[in-house]
Amino acid sequence: MNSEYKVTGGDFTHAGYASSQVKQMLKQLGVDSSIIKRVVVCLYEAEVNIVAHAYEGLISIALDTDKIFMKLTDRGPGIADISKAMTKGFSTASPQVREMGFGAGMGLPNIKANADSFVITSDQGVGTTLEITINLSNGGI
Amino acid sequence: MASDNNQQGFFHHALTIREDVCTGCSLCMRVCPTGALRIRDGKARLIEDRCVDCGECFRNCPVHAIIIEQDDFSRIFDYKYRVALVPAVLHGQFRHEVSVSEISAVLKSLGFTWVYEAEHGAEVLKPAMEELMNIRTLPRPLISTYCPAVVRLIQVRFPALIRNLATIKAPLEMAAFYCRRVLRDRGAHNSEIGVFYVTPCAAKIAAVKSPVGEESTPITGVINMDFIYNKINRTLRNKGELPKGEHHAYTVDPDTLVWSLTNGEASCVNGRTLAIDGMNNVTEFLEQLENDEISGIDYLELRACDEGCAGGVLLSSNRFLVAERLRNKALNLQPGPANNNEDEFPDIEAYQEYLMKKVRFTDDIKPRSMYRLSGDRDEAMRMMKRSRRLMCWLPGTDCGLCGAPSCQALAEDIVRHRGDISQCVFIRESNMEKDLMDRERSAGIMRRIWGDNNFTKNCNKKGAENESN
Repeated sequence: MNSEYKVTGGDFTHAGYASSQVKQMLKQLGVDSSIIKRVVVCLYEAEVNIVAHAYEGLISIALDTDKIFMKLTDRGPGIADISKAMTKGFSTASPQVREMGFGAGMGLPNIKANADSFVITSDQGVGTTLEITINLSNGGI
Repeated sequence: MASDNNQQGFFHHALTIREDVCTGCSLCMRVCPTGALRIRDGKARLIEDRCVDCGECFRNCPVHAIIIEQDDFSRIFDYKYRVALVPAVLHGQFRHEVSVSEISAVLKSLGFTWVYEAEHGAEVLKPAMEELMNIRTLPRPLISTYCPAVVRLIQVRFPALIRNLATIKAPLEMAAFYCRRVLRDRGAHNSEIGVFYVTPCAAKIAAVKSPVGEESTPITGVINMDFIYNKINRTLRNKGELPKGEHHAYTVDPDTLVWSLTNGEASCVNGRTLAIDGMNNVTEFLEQLENDEISGIDYLELRACDEGCAGGVLLSSNRFLVAERLRNKALNLQPGPANNNEDEFPDIEAYQEYLMKKVRFTDDIKPRSMYRLSGDRDEAMRMMKRSRRLMCWLPGTDCGLCGAPSCQALAEDIVRHRGDISQCVFIRESNMEKDLMDRERSAGIMRRIWGDNNFTKNCNKKGAENESN
């Protein structure tokens, strides 16, 4: 099953909608709550990354009985040094964004830690794409 | 009780729909925070495993068709020792001149042998809460289990947050354990003791009748607060004054006196705490908490009712006035042990050690997710896909004419074999336009949902020419 959600850069007010929708679907499937939590953490962090850094983005969800695939593509500045961005605590977020409680530099490492598969590609000046897969079967029903 | 036969009825609910009174107006269906109500044959029906006993339906029903069951009052006389556990919000409903002891005197005239303020139980809970807050391995925030409707809401809608629930019992249970122990120490046999709670809401009844997190409860039964309120008021009006008793004020500490009000509990916990009241506010916050959007909070006090228990559905007075009176009383209470215990029983603190052994939950709190479509993942996926296909056709207006609270609720009912697409008036109209359905059949479906009564002239209904109930 597929669904898509548009994300607007800078719009923190509406961040979290995709996470809530996906969470609902996983609950309907009866996915274990600890797995749902990992999915939601990944998706929310990734969504907030787009809101904080990019101009706009698109979240595509492909949900299967045994796994969820989430692809987040944005149009934005891209990431200059991916390995640096993957370091805990590293952040390029503006002071304003940090003031709102975002941008602690935990986003990408946190996503990686919670995902079963995580691929990040970025083109400077064009945008960034995250591909996150989480298995839904292990850890019980 | 009107209930959905497809559901297993293994949850005790204090709320009952009176079919003879229900007009099928659907207001309850629209306000239910868990989507637990439907309209069939012109009557509201409860889907039992979704109900969390919050009482919103009771609060909103314009014809009082929803009743809150209580134990037969005469049951108190099955016991030699008859304890009334009374929460402070009962007293808060009366003007300042009416003293706690006067109210106790009325309760005693009804047959109780001991009237005890339930908030005393909170006094012994404080160290247990502190102990719990010091366990670093527990998730944060810990969520209060004080309000049974909130615990049930978490079970059905936010099972991931069950592990955050603070596994300690409510003040009223601590008070009940204390009363039993005191009476036993004076020679009473446990079977001779009846502890009855004067309840401000339906959720507390459900908590007594089918406890969560514990096998049994020390509380024997419940008496609805509106019943007691009426009795007290009647005595007050008829005799001009209440039965004489020794006049005294509250015997509880000022900070426990307001425990049941919003922030009453949270203000007694160390760390960053937050108090949220009102079912919608609680739901919204839990949604964000479950999404990991909120962090850095140590303790959450969540209450289903606005203004906490002062807004309980069984209270008869204005919640803001009740809260204001109790807060004022708390300010004027002399701190320290103002021991006015007319029954000359030892203070509850004397039993601290005994009660601390009773304070923790003995059973796990189990999830009972209302969202799960099927226990079989493949089947759940098929159902979800079908429900989403149905949503392509349903209008998304959430008009409720199908007898379900929203288009999505109807779609899910259909895939759960509890509903049919032709319940939707938009689908029927569009089928009639295409000559796929005749008007008679469409009208028949409408009657099956809303009942025949709503299709005939009735001048007695609320707001009509000859309004009469």
